[in-house]
Amino acid sequence: MIITSWYLALSAVLFSIGVIGVLTRKNAIVILMSVEIMLNAVNLTLVSFSAEMGDVHGQIIVFFSLCVAAAEVAVGLAIIIAIYRNNLTVDISKINLLRW
Amino acid sequence: MEILNDMLLYLPAIIITVAGLIVMMVDAYTKNATMIYTVSVASLILALAASVYGLFGPTVDIFYGMATTGGTAAFGTALVVAATLFVVVLSREYLTSINHNFAEVYTLILFGTVGMIVLATANDLVTVFMGLETMSIALYVLAGIVRDEKTGIEAALKYFLLGSFATGFFLYGIALLYGATGTTRLADIGLYADAGLIYWAGVGLLLVGFFFKVSVVPFHMWTPDVYEGAPTTITAYMATAAKTAAFVSLILILERALPLAVEQWSGVLVVIAILTMILGNIVAMVQNNVKRMLAYSSIAHAGYVLVGLAAGTAAGYSAVLYYLLAYTLMNIGAFGVVAYYERHKGMQFNSVDQYAGMGYKQPFMAVLLGIFLFSLAGIPPFAGFIGKYQVFAAAIQADLIGLAIVGVLASVAGVYYYLRVLVFLYMKEGTEEIELTQAGFPYRSVLLLLALLTIYFGVLPGGLSELLAGFHQGTLYSGTPLP
Repeated sequence: MIITSWYLALSAVLFSIGVIGVLTRKNAIVILMSVEIMLNAVNLTLVSFSAEMGDVHGQIIVFFSLCVAAAEVAVGLAIIIAIYRNNLTVDISKINLLRW
Repeated sequence: MEILNDMLLYLPAIIITVAGLIVMMVDAYTKNATMIYTVSVASLILALAASVYGLFGPTVDIFYGMATTGGTAAFGTALVVAATLFVVVLSREYLTSINHNFAEVYTLILFGTVGMIVLATANDLVTVFMGLETMSIALYVLAGIVRDEKTGIEAALKYFLLGSFATGFFLYGIALLYGATGTTRLADIGLYADAGLIYWAGVGLLLVGFFFKVSVVPFHMWTPDVYEGAPTTITAYMATAAKTAAFVSLILILERALPLAVEQWSGVLVVIAILTMILGNIVAMVQNNVKRMLAYSSIAHAGYVLVGLAAGTAAGYSAVLYYLLAYTLMNIGAFGVVAYYERHKGMQFNSVDQYAGMGYKQPFMAVLLGIFLFSLAGIPPFAGFIGKYQVFAAAIQADLIGLAIVGVLASVAGVYYYLRVLVFLYMKEGTEEIELTQAGFPYRSVLLLLALLTIYFGVLPGGLSELLAGFHQGTLYSGTPLP
């Protein structure tokens, strides 16, 4: 039997990987993927808490968060395509008209 | 039949949802712009009437405790709906003048407003999350609605990436709080005083998520870029309705879910409020772009709101609600006049130098801008002054005298950059020839109404203040700590 702490540690590590990805990568699509890793790490936390407590609420929240993540990706990819058409790049260090 | 009764209490959100669906269908089948606009405005007026009626109703939890009506939540709903109504009327003329009057704008604004209402009435962390995300996803699209403009789509990208990044933190906070307390209901979480490391990590991450959405220092980086790049009336929508909803939800969370941890979060809010007020006001001083200046000023205003929240008392919460009302009125007004000037020379016409000498060309608009800027600066007899007074008074009552002093000094510094715009409007000679056309009747009347309300709530704050103070008497959730 694997205790809950291991799942929590795994999801904390995954979440940190996502955060580091967002902060260090320059490609908008990779940043979007890192955000998805963060959200899925949270889903893992919710499911493991839910299993530990024998309470179904946590698993239901996961459905909501999956829904939101899907909607967010749909909007995000559309925005990235529009950026690509305008600038012919998705490198965020080159998208810098608005500063200070 | 309980569910029908609940739906009746939740009428504003339901009216707007239905209107949003109708607008979407009208756009798909007939593309009748007048009908889309009429449906949007009519539904918002109905929803405003329903939510103002709800202000005087009882504070009850509905939908099996997922949402709450009456009191703070009803005030938040009314404020969000009113702000949306003003923005829709202003948007039509502004977006037509820049050739981007798409029907999607109205659908997205209506759905975004539903998200804000859900957020402002949330009584469960799941509802908070759904409301916040419904609102944010609509706003990501709205920010980039002028997608052939490079700055517009860049604003959307920045908003989207940082917003979804913040969503991750917010959701992690919800997950940890759920793990620590075994519930997501706000009042049930409020029974716990201290549930260990996981609890505190959850509270911290949840607050970080909120700080991103209401753009306070050090989570404000996206605000100036997004506010500058987005179409001006949409900026007004983001700066007022979205912020109001998030702050009202923050009040509900602090009051219901964290009443026993007041000392801890109050300390955090004090530090963040000081940073926000100082940085927002100082950076706003060196801005030449009026939209960007207003963006930094809105960061500073978020700081003043945090002063009231940091007090953590009933007086603080009702002062924050009053402040949000004043802030909404004057900010929509200021952005409305900026949008009016902007449409004569395209979206880049925002520099304060370009405003030189404009004050005498359309005196009506310039006078209105003056009223809104004086109110933003916190000069009596306008609503902004009463809002600031109440917020700082609440902080002093709660023994946060140092915080109140910093706040007053910061707002004195703020007067400089608001009045600078007026100096350019009236006391400098314009270099380029520009003919200002008259704005349409609805546009002018909305701005005039906003100015009159700004003056009204600055001169006669009494009735509303009493109503707001009544929300927090005896309704404070307090429980005994669990072992």
